[in-house]
Amino acid sequence: MIELQNVTQSYGGSALLTDVSVQFAPGSFHFLTGPSGAGKSTLLKLLYGELRPTRGHVQLFGIASTNMARDQLARTRRRIGVVHQDCRFLDHLSLAENIALPLQIAGQLTPADRQNLADLLVWVGLAHRSDALPAELSGGERQRAALARAVMIDPEVILADEPTGNVDWEMAQRLLQLLIELNKMGKTIVLATHDLNLIRAAKTQVEARVLRIRDRQVQLAGASL
Amino acid sequence: MTSLLDFLRGSQGDGRFVPPSKLTGRLTLAAAAAMSFLAVFALVLTMAAHRQAALWGQTLAGTATVRIASPHEPEQVQAALVILETTTGVNAARILSEDEHAALLAPWLGPDLPLQDLPLPSLIEVELSPDGIDTLGLNLRLQAEVPSATFDDHSRWRAPLIDAAKRMRNLGWAALGLTFATLAVMVALSTQSALASNKQEIDVLHLVGAEDRFIARAFVWRFTGRAVAGALLGTGLGIIATLLLPNDPAAGSFLTALPPNGLGWLVPFLVVPLVAAVAYLATRVTVMRLLKETTL
Repeated sequence: MIELQNVTQSYGGSALLTDVSVQFAPGSFHFLTGPSGAGKSTLLKLLYGELRPTRGHVQLFGIASTNMARDQLARTRRRIGVVHQDCRFLDHLSLAENIALPLQIAGQLTPADRQNLADLLVWVGLAHRSDALPAELSGGERQRAALARAVMIDPEVILADEPTGNVDWEMAQRLLQLLIELNKMGKTIVLATHDLNLIRAAKTQVEARVLRIRDRQVQLAGASL
Repeated sequence: MTSLLDFLRGSQGDGRFVPPSKLTGRLTLAAAAAMSFLAVFALVLTMAAHRQAALWGQTLAGTATVRIASPHEPEQVQAALVILETTTGVNAARILSEDEHAALLAPWLGPDLPLQDLPLPSLIEVELSPDGIDTLGLNLRLQAEVPSATFDDHSRWRAPLIDAAKRMRNLGWAALGLTFATLAVMVALSTQSALASNKQEIDVLHLVGAEDRFIARAFVWRFTGRAVAGALLGTGLGIIATLLLPNDPAAGSFLTALPPNGLGWLVPFLVVPLVAAVAYLATRVTVMRLLKETTL
């Protein structure tokens, strides 16, 4: 589905990832962990094509991201829901409009979708904030909204960068529950986090693999977690 | 009505995916209004020049004049008249009366002119047939029998006048073209600045799956809406200003017959759709080109 083949990613001459090969199979659940600055966000950006590898290939649904034109990449992203660390909203549109944005762009906002949107807002606890502008939301609310937007278009893959960084433990578990449910429906999940409790909580419910970035390499973490 | 207002604000449809920018929006509106105002004038001027060229061509083409320089010699005038009436290509020939003489001279010398005391030439107005006339033969016959007569088929007057009117008309078209070209440049520059200040929004749209066409549409909506609003304003003011121009075709001068007549009044309204088309194309071409240059 998404595959890194001998990827090296450098910033200004110094490599952050070296010769990394990882495969994300359909329906898998991966945690991505490692110290801050290790390259978790960079790896995620490679997975949805915001970055193109300095060397090697990133295959998105069978096509190398380096070979994709802008529009092809845009269409590919409709199959990938992303929760960015900094959320990234259109600040002049309401929360509900932001969450519905991917569907509007794909040109398929049906009445059923509007019901889904309402349900989703209830699920992430933002029903009462649907008319608020992104700037009026707290950090935790923004993260929940970003997750809602990522799943709204019913993508095959969901990539989340520290989606629980700003929410309390109860909400974190709630969001994790949403991702686990989606995974059970067959979605591929990649979740970058340094919250080991979250990983432990997930492992009781779902068969999750933990990838750790260390020394510019991606390693499969053992049972120690 | 609400949706029309929304369109003019550029906030309806896909335009709402771009945050409203008060400054570039207002500048676009002002530029479109100013350019529309100028375009209306260029159009009115071009149309007036066109009408004038046609008018001068028609009225002067079918006539000629014979001038007999020796005053107060009716037999000379009669002789010239006889020659003219026997010339092929002449439909009619008529001696200008004293009253007509007075009317011709009145603009220069005043109405109360003692014509009989002045050594004025006699004038014969000649109506020519469309088949043309043997000017050389006529001149030779006039010289032989009425040496003081001169035949003038007005071409000396006509050619430079028609030429001037045509040049005026071409100048009008050029001014119109330059006006729209300037508008296109202004809209393209505003679009470029809007694109630069909305880079973050463009990235977000692209990240959630928007193709360049979609992003372009968002800007095209906004700028076309603003340009049309400006065009309505500028065209309206331009038409009001045209109405205030002197309009007295009987006065016979180019400057007193500028406003269009009849269906001609509809032509200035074409400025609005033209501005819309120019703004649409300028925005779209600019956005698509700039997005193409963006990597990823």
